[in-house]
Amino acid sequence: MTNTSSNAPSIRIRDLYVDYGARHILKGVNLDIPSGKITVIMGGSGAGKSTLLRCILGLKKPVSGSICMLGKDVVTASLKEIYALRKEMGVAFQGGALFSSMSVAENIQLPLHEHTSLDQHTIEIMTRIKLDMVNMLDAEKLMPSELSGGMTKRAALARAIIMDPKLLFFDEPSAGLDPSTAAELDDLILKLKGGLRMTIVVVTHEMESIFKIADYIAVMSEGELIAAGTPEEIRASTHEVVQDYLNRKPREGIVDADEHLRALTEGSD
Amino acid sequence: MQNFLERIGERTLGILEETGRTTSLLVVVLFHMLQPPYRLYPIVRQIYFIGARSLTLILFSGLTIGMVLGLQFYNILERFGAVDLLGSGVALSVIRELGPVMTALMVVGRAGSSITAELGIMRITEQVDALECMAISPDKYLVAPKVVAGLISVPLLTSIFDFVAMFGGYFVGVVMFGVAEGSYMNGMIDAVQWEDVRLGLVKSIIFGGLVTLICCAKGFYMHLSKAGSQGAEGVSHVTTDAVVLSSISVLFSDFLIGALMQ
Amino acid sequence: MSKLNIQLVTGLFVVIGIACFTYAAVTVGGASFTARPGYTLHARFTSISGLRVGGVVEAAGVRIGTVSGIEFDPDSYEAIVSLRINEGIPIQEDAIAAIRTQGIIGEKYVKITPGGFEELLGDGSEIFETESAISLEDLVSRYIFSSEG
Repeated sequence: MTNTSSNAPSIRIRDLYVDYGARHILKGVNLDIPSGKITVIMGGSGAGKSTLLRCILGLKKPVSGSICMLGKDVVTASLKEIYALRKEMGVAFQGGALFSSMSVAENIQLPLHEHTSLDQHTIEIMTRIKLDMVNMLDAEKLMPSELSGGMTKRAALARAIIMDPKLLFFDEPSAGLDPSTAAELDDLILKLKGGLRMTIVVVTHEMESIFKIADYIAVMSEGELIAAGTPEEIRASTHEVVQDYLNRKPREGIVDADEHLRALTEGSD
Repeated sequence: MQNFLERIGERTLGILEETGRTTSLLVVVLFHMLQPPYRLYPIVRQIYFIGARSLTLILFSGLTIGMVLGLQFYNILERFGAVDLLGSGVALSVIRELGPVMTALMVVGRAGSSITAELGIMRITEQVDALECMAISPDKYLVAPKVVAGLISVPLLTSIFDFVAMFGGYFVGVVMFGVAEGSYMNGMIDAVQWEDVRLGLVKSIIFGGLVTLICCAKGFYMHLSKAGSQGAEGVSHVTTDAVVLSSISVLFSDFLIGALMQ
Repeated sequence: MSKLNIQLVTGLFVVIGIACFTYAAVTVGGASFTARPGYTLHARFTSISGLRVGGVVEAAGVRIGTVSGIEFDPDSYEAIVSLRINEGIPIQEDAIAAIRTQGIIGEKYVKITPGGFEELLGDGSEIFETESAISLEDLVSRYIFSSEG
């Protein structure tokens, strides 16, 4: 179904302020997230990108501002309305957030069991379709504790898309993964975008994946949105902080473990 | 000095806030219990965990407490030549006091601590948030079955504890010391009234709800607990807190119920 | 642990728990959810000191019923005790109900001494011959005062 108003933003954020105690986390964020595209929210740790995501999901109440999606303002919506909105959203959390007492299949089926009255046979078929989409068909019976980091994220992704949501959120897809697994996950996100026509929002700080998957990029720094645009626009940006991000060498923080240990022991002598 | 007063004030506010949170959780849970859809299996699972899995511990501690009571009462009563009262003494103290209190404390140690740790870990690994984002109310899905199971399991465990403890007293009195079987059994039957059994029942139901509610609230709201105790350390912190707080509440409410239902 | 096993074990646990509770409530606690077959008699005493609801009613040392209620009559200043007598135990019209003590510090109970009449008491009727609780202090003081006078 091609939406005639596909140019209209699917999430519209206006003047969003969030405090945590006395600290100001978000200082007036304005952002339009285009529908049907992959939007990446990037920024260093502490830039407020996770807080922004939590606000959009309705998990954190902002001090002021508005977040409009699917015709509702999340900030002023009642709990019932937020729950109705959430049925249109899928979220894959950073650590996967799979329920450890349930198998992968049971995890993925949970929303179907809770929100639909489909019979078990149908639910199992739907589960297999989603598991196949994330290349996990053989892991159906495994428990979350038996999964590798990459598999956990893919299982979480399968659970996020089980209800065919209009909006998909992905928090730090490449965090804690080795580069090749992270690249596989990026391919998967691109595949989902092509296959399911959802609006996808990815929060990450990994430069490599950002330019691989993004249709639209929002750069955050110290609680403010400092740049937003297509990857070309961001590359061409003259903003100092943005240029800093772009020119940073990838993974320069990671050194060889042995070398790191040697440096530590020598330093203590 | 001002610092000290400030700390006291902060502490008091913290306690008030937590009591408020726990109470509102109770209200939410009660509200959810009355709302469809009703699902039996999650409650069964929790009764299995809180109740059935505690059975060995309850059998062992009940038997031991009963035997200790039998021994001590026998030693005291023998001095007055009133060993006929052994059955009454054991049965009354078990049914009115020791059964409900000991069972509740055992449940705190075995099931309560793991409830807190489980919910705390679910909170820090974003599993609670994940439930929220699937439009599944975590109060209803996680907390309510545990509290309902506590309300059902603890009275059942208490009854089993009472039974085993009375048998333990019987074993020591009748089998070891040769008290007449009839005088033990009749002493038990004559001394214990329905009112005593009812008091024990009321106590155990209240303890069951109280213990599970406190342990759930501690784990469930661990992200709101003192700043600086997040992560794995935070979980161990709230688990200790939950065990201490629920044990104290059991002992204190035991006195309150005893005084009110005199 | 499969779902079925969990349900099975939990079911077993609940059954054992309920059985233990029933034992405590009915056998030990003497609760009767369905009224035990029997009939009720009343008796007036000038003093029942120490008798409790749920206390034992005995005849010839055998338990034949329980004290089901105690009321105070403000007109005569007497205690009206209701006795629930088990089915099939006849009490004659001239039977005597006495409040006695088990041992020195034991509980108070109601002792029924059979009479010689052929007429039996029916449900709700009254035993007229009663002996109140014997108070040790009363006996002692009566002895002291009578010896003085």
